Amino acid sequence: MALSGLAIYKMLAQTNCKECGFPTCLAFAMKLAARQAELSSCPYVSDEAKAQLDSASAPPIRLISLGKDGHKLEVGNETVVFRHEKTFYHQPGLFFRLRDDMDEEAFTRRLDQVADYQIERVGQTLRPDGVAIEDTSGSADTFAARVRQAVVKDLAIILISSLPNVMDAGLQVAKGASPLAYAAGAENWEEMAALAKKHGVPLAVRVQDGDLDALATLADHVSKQGVEDLVLDPGTRGWADSLSALTRMRRAAIKKNFRPLGYPVITFPGEGAGSPEKETMLASQFIDKYAGFIVLDSFEPAALYSLLTLRQNIYTDPQKPIQVSPGLYEIGDPNGESPLLVTTNFSLTYFSVAGEVEGTGRPAWLLIADSEGMSVLTAWAAGKFDAEAIAKAVKATGVSEKISHRRIILPGAVASISGELEEELPGWEVLVGPREAIGIPSYLRLLANS
Amino acid sequence: MSIAMPNVKETWTGKILEVTLGAGPDQGGTRGKTVTVGGETTLPFLHFEGEIPHRPVIAVEISDRTPDDWSDLLVRAWGEVLGDPAAWAARAEEAGADLIALTLDSAHPERGDTGAKEARETVRRVLQATSLPLIVYGPGQREKDNDVLVAAAEEAAGERIALGNCEDKNYRTIVAAALANNQVVIAKSPMDVNLAKQLNVLIGDMRMDRDRILIDPTTGALGYGVEYSYSIMERLRLAALTGDAALQQPLILTVGYEAWRTKEARSGEGVPTQWGEWAQRGVLWEANTSVTLLETGADIVVLRHPATIPLVKQAIDELMTRAAGS
Repeated sequence: MALSGLAIYKMLAQTNCKECGFPTCLAFAMKLAARQAELSSCPYVSDEAKAQLDSASAPPIRLISLGKDGHKLEVGNETVVFRHEKTFYHQPGLFFRLRDDMDEEAFTRRLDQVADYQIERVGQTLRPDGVAIEDTSGSADTFAARVRQAVVKDLAIILISSLPNVMDAGLQVAKGASPLAYAAGAENWEEMAALAKKHGVPLAVRVQDGDLDALATLADHVSKQGVEDLVLDPGTRGWADSLSALTRMRRAAIKKNFRPLGYPVITFPGEGAGSPEKETMLASQFIDKYAGFIVLDSFEPAALYSLLTLRQNIYTDPQKPIQVSPGLYEIGDPNGESPLLVTTNFSLTYFSVAGEVEGTGRPAWLLIADSEGMSVLTAWAAGKFDAEAIAKAVKATGVSEKISHRRIILPGAVASISGELEEELPGWEVLVGPREAIGIPSYLRLLANS
Repeated sequence: MSIAMPNVKETWTGKILEVTLGAGPDQGGTRGKTVTVGGETTLPFLHFEGEIPHRPVIAVEISDRTPDDWSDLLVRAWGEVLGDPAAWAARAEEAGADLIALTLDSAHPERGDTGAKEARETVRRVLQATSLPLIVYGPGQREKDNDVLVAAAEEAAGERIALGNCEDKNYRTIVAAALANNQVVIAKSPMDVNLAKQLNVLIGDMRMDRDRILIDPTTGALGYGVEYSYSIMERLRLAALTGDAALQQPLILTVGYEAWRTKEARSGEGVPTQWGEWAQRGVLWEANTSVTLLETGADIVVLRHPATIPLVKQAIDELMTRAAGS
């Protein structure tokens, strides 16, 4: 992957002048290899060495940025083949394709659907990233007009055209919105590269049928024209061929530092899918395995919601389960009579429970114990959510001063600790709640009526 | 000047074991079909660097009692066969199941507290109603699991059924019954690679053949922990392929159980409009959880909704299609 200290040393002046602050060139080289020094500290490094070292220390998969401000999408900068080796860093962009020859009303409606869609999940706002406007009209004016509509919506944009004059018109109008131009192929790459350079935008490079040698060659030609922000389309459109291509491309970039394929990948699960359900399932594969951009053809809220959720899941850092701060939370406007529930500070747990309580419309107190971000059962199994921990949370938050009763509701999954909890909290009555958050509404209803 | 891709084929030193469920008349059983899973010599569906001799398969979950806490969507989909496990098994077979997974839920102390006698009767009727190989799950309560799984193992002698679940706190009786009756066991561990290995070692210590164990590493549904199983399964597969003999069994995942207890699958009302149409969402929740687990090594997915079956089957067909040159 990165160059070794010894390889770097061979490119340095080897004079041991110490001006970089290190005693020898070898020491400096070792520090550079460990990314603990800056090449600029050495006044004597040659231009050639500089170029080589830059290339070796560049991220294996280039970061491509589309859109701007609140709707900026960054894809790339991945460093692993397997998520568990570290994490996947930049979730793939989800786009919807709109053809420029759709009738005005249908086009506007779809554009609004995409622009307006957002949903909260586990404390995060999930939304699609943008639209891919496709030139099916062959008309520069039509294309430009449609692109202009999309630009106004502040979405990330992909422009799809194989005609240089149409692409040029679209790129003119999308100035400032940082769009992706799709695509340069064998037959038009020189003109497309020129356009990408002229407008300063990233350019997709496309081949057929998973021919990765051809893709590497074409990407290399285009980058030598001075277009450095590339996106790759290996031309596979099925499940197995795409998995093979995307896996090989990811391995080449990460394990072999193969620069010609060191760029994010764009995928089109709708092409040949035959139904929205099958499109969503193939899009799931792309989220699971290495896609940088996913362009969808059908808009179904249920399908989109499932993909946004999957994307949120796979692109969570495995070493940092999302947590909320422990403490006493107010749901609605609780008073001294309102029920008190306790659970753990794993984000999913917190939002599931809080969500269900909120849904009842009944005010309640929610005590969140510090379980180091683990869910109820995991924390209990690890000894991080037991009677002692809960009693500690009760005392630390001073909840006794906020409520007039002394009843606390435990998650049903840890019913077995209710006796111990009553010992830790003398004078308190421990109630056993439902095992699943979804049982909370009927539980609270029964409790209120009893 | 043309550039060539570097060779990125991995060389794997281990492979996944092949496990067969079901036995035909020539082997002492009465199954019309047998199912063999596993045998992969590479990561899931990477045909360019190894062999994938057996496609992943779909088990459909049925219960010996009408479920009272299943999503309405499931209840509507199955209709009148609920409560009649023989009819349900036959309908599941028609719907495209590769195996039937029968849960002896009525044996749970709080859900009927039936015992060995009822278990035998149910297993016999289901075996008569379907030609497919069988998986039998206990009610998930230690003592009752032992009672009914021993009964099932004996009743289904010769049929090569899978018994679920063996867990670290309760496996001996079930493994013994499997040994005595030539059955297969499912070893379930709580999303932990070391615990999965440990359980396999313990079961192996009882002289169970390595190819009579299926690993259930436990999964969460989409949105409820699927990423944990995704990574656990990738680590399990890598361990197996790099020669860890204690982790080379095929993987079985209870997708339906997890996906259908989510709010997304169960609730049609009081949910955001952005969640879309309920019936579509419920099936997609199960289907997309399945895709994620297939991509990370699932050999058997246990599903609940009939409409999910053809969707997952088609995904498997596609993944098993070797493209030319790939």
